[in-house]
Amino acid sequence: MKSDGIDAWAILPALFAVAVAGPLVGLPLSYAVAPGALSEFSGLVPEALGATLVLIAGVGAGTLVLGTALAVLVSFCDFPGRRWIEWALVLPLAMPGYVFTLFSLGLDLPGIRSPLGAVCVFTLVLYPYVYLLARAAFLAQSRTLLEAARGLGLTRRAAIVRVGLPLARPAILGGVALALMEALADFGTVNLLGVRTFTDAIYRVWFIGFDRDAALQLATLLVSVTLTLLVLERLARGRARYHELAVRGDLTPPVRLRGAAAAAAVIAPLALVGFVVAAPLTQLAVWSVESVREGLLSPEFATAARNSVLLAGMSALLVPLAALLLAYGARASRSRTAGALARTATIGYGLPGSVVAVAVIVPLSWIDRRVDGVAGTGLLLTGTVIGLFYAYLVRFLALAWGAVEASLIRIPRRLDEAARGLGADRLDVLARVHVPLMRAGLATAALLVFVEVMKELPATLLLRPLGGDTLAIAVWQATTESLFETAALPALLIVLVGLLPVAAMIRLSGRRGAELEAAQTAGTWAEELEERRVAPA
Amino acid sequence: MSDVQLHAVSKAFGPVEAVREVSLEIDRGELVAVLGPSGCGKTTLLRTIAGFERPDAGRVVVSGEVVAAPDRFVPPERRRIGMVFQDYALFPHLAVTANVAFGLAGRPREEREALTRRTLELVGLQHKSGRHPHELSGGERQRVALARALAPEPAVVLLDEPFSSLDASLRAGLRREVELILRDAEATALLVTHDQEEALSLADRLAVMREGRIVQVGAPEEVYVRPASRWAAQFVGEVNVFSGVARGTGVETELGVFDLRAPASGAVHVAVRPEQLELRADHDGNAEVVAREFRGHDVLYRLRHEGGRVVLVQLPSLELHEVGARVFVRPAPAAVTTLVD
Repeated sequence: MKSDGIDAWAILPALFAVAVAGPLVGLPLSYAVAPGALSEFSGLVPEALGATLVLIAGVGAGTLVLGTALAVLVSFCDFPGRRWIEWALVLPLAMPGYVFTLFSLGLDLPGIRSPLGAVCVFTLVLYPYVYLLARAAFLAQSRTLLEAARGLGLTRRAAIVRVGLPLARPAILGGVALALMEALADFGTVNLLGVRTFTDAIYRVWFIGFDRDAALQLATLLVSVTLTLLVLERLARGRARYHELAVRGDLTPPVRLRGAAAAAAVIAPLALVGFVVAAPLTQLAVWSVESVREGLLSPEFATAARNSVLLAGMSALLVPLAALLLAYGARASRSRTAGALARTATIGYGLPGSVVAVAVIVPLSWIDRRVDGVAGTGLLLTGTVIGLFYAYLVRFLALAWGAVEASLIRIPRRLDEAARGLGADRLDVLARVHVPLMRAGLATAALLVFVEVMKELPATLLLRPLGGDTLAIAVWQATTESLFETAALPALLIVLVGLLPVAAMIRLSGRRGAELEAAQTAGTWAEELEERRVAPA
Repeated sequence: MSDVQLHAVSKAFGPVEAVREVSLEIDRGELVAVLGPSGCGKTTLLRTIAGFERPDAGRVVVSGEVVAAPDRFVPPERRRIGMVFQDYALFPHLAVTANVAFGLAGRPREEREALTRRTLELVGLQHKSGRHPHELSGGERQRVALARALAPEPAVVLLDEPFSSLDASLRAGLRREVELILRDAEATALLVTHDQEEALSLADRLAVMREGRIVQVGAPEEVYVRPASRWAAQFVGEVNVFSGVARGTGVETELGVFDLRAPASGAVHVAVRPEQLELRADHDGNAEVVAREFRGHDVLYRLRHEGGRVVLVQLPSLELHEVGARVFVRPAPAAVTTLVD
């Protein structure tokens, strides 16, 4: 009979850690391999740095002000329809930047093709990060603290400014950091608006210069900027984690707004959501109808739709499965090392798709050359969807892992032992006890991955095999050629699919208590995410 | 033939030696209780038998098969043990029937159904077979846990503090019920508990455990009457320890002469159970009643002896002595005592 030797389950976290984190090691190594690679593209770096700084300053300030103001409004004031507006304000999360860009370019909004235009687009679609986290922080604040401030002679407004806002500062900064990372990772918006950031530079070096080392070095620079940003956010936050200290107590009772104030409180958010979500959706619908009626639909539309659904569907199966094996492996081996390895395997989520794409191509093409040399198979990995799936795994494993791990952690170990005592081996335990108990978590993971892969543009663009265009690529392609009607239908589909998880989140948060919980979960999630992003530093 | 054998089993967690060279044999159909204070290593011992912990040294044999030894480790799923957990660990997503049938996967359907039905009848829960664990009472959950452990007809059933999460009022009745179920099933069982009453009343044999070691093994009455040490005497029931001088089969103490189980001589300590003393009201008596604990059928008196020490005496509650009364305390006739350290 076999003895307990090396446990196969304990190896899984190590395998995933190597697979995910391994390629990223190649980024800085590219400087050693080809020190002068970037000199050919000497103009790109200052240009990208400048654009990036503008984005950081503009999007940072924009999301900070807009997100916080809206959170204050819905947390401390009451007005007709507040509960609807509270959730309507989350909807822009479903709007990918490049789709909104398509809408604004189609309408030819003045000044849109500029860094300032990009700042506006990002602010409008990314403010929900700040809004959600700030709102969660406000809801978690105890009423006694604000009442204490008022007892000390502050007006209500002053109490919010001097107590409420400072208490929520860590959450607000966390939200801004998330928004900025999304902005830095974006490719579609900046490319379409002609703003030359790092992701745009990587694309041009890759496809126009065909210079892999230069692309890797640009990716390294982009990651450095992201990490610097995170470190700065950490420093600014200091050791303040006030929201955890805030005492449990009644929720702060909101103040009822009347007259003009109430009207403004209803109209302003509705106008915002109308402009960012409703108007583009309507416009896209109109263009879609026109494109179908006038035969402007791209002949590749059906292929692109099929590719998108296949890629997203397969990823929605594979990535949560990988996350499940990873999380269960770490659980089964019970060692600290396995836990650390599992965390390492999830660092990819902080990284822009372009970075992930150029990072995974290095080991894949190395293997391709070896295998081709022996078996003459051609480009087995880089030339097919396998490379693309690998990139999706690196990029989205953390997303699925978060959902899976959250539900796995709630299953007491006693159940594992009870099952094993009854003759179930580890795979049985997983299949007969864990998976049935984790159905909701696995479904969440699958939904999140599906939507993200549908929206994903830069990695898909860099790694897609021939004829492997997706809806996202179709939108981008048609928009670059100003074929807005052609771009409309694929864009509409992407947004509609993207609304699913947002709708699910809103539905889950029907009650006030659950709302609070959901908001807190969002907070924890954001923090974990940040920790993960900081990890490689 | 022994169903479970432990040979010098040890298990440490870092610097903590939870189980030290424990040897124990459990015969087929026997119900053995491991009794010890919390932290004595009894749960670790149980988990080592189950295969959830791997011993650092020693051997574990179940039904003649070595399941743990320095060069061998059989995983829990292949040990044929049934485990009843303290918190039952019922699968929340499965109904009662599916919980009970969990360990029967891989057997033919008719056999699976028959065993499940029979086990459910054994624990008297056939009418709740469609319920989910959260719809059951504490006692019912425990019976499901027991049924789940018994259904695959394991070589041995391990019960980890099975009554500790129940209300005190339910405990005594369920204890009897569980014992009857185990006896009906002719199961070999090892029960871990810190409750001496539970151990004394349930078990065929008792293993008293202290700081990772088994300090005494024997039938409950033997452990009670002939404790192996002062600690064992004190842990299992109430006891007075007197010092005295032994001469042959008698020992002279400040309360009088007690018979000795085995001849001895010199200065010794003897363990005297409270019921081995008797007392009568006496104004010139040698002790005073300090406290009285009325237990229905009997009474436990706490006396202060004229020598200064506290003496426990248990008597039938036929005649009551008031607190503060002077009494005369002396060995009961035929009080045979045991030497302790």
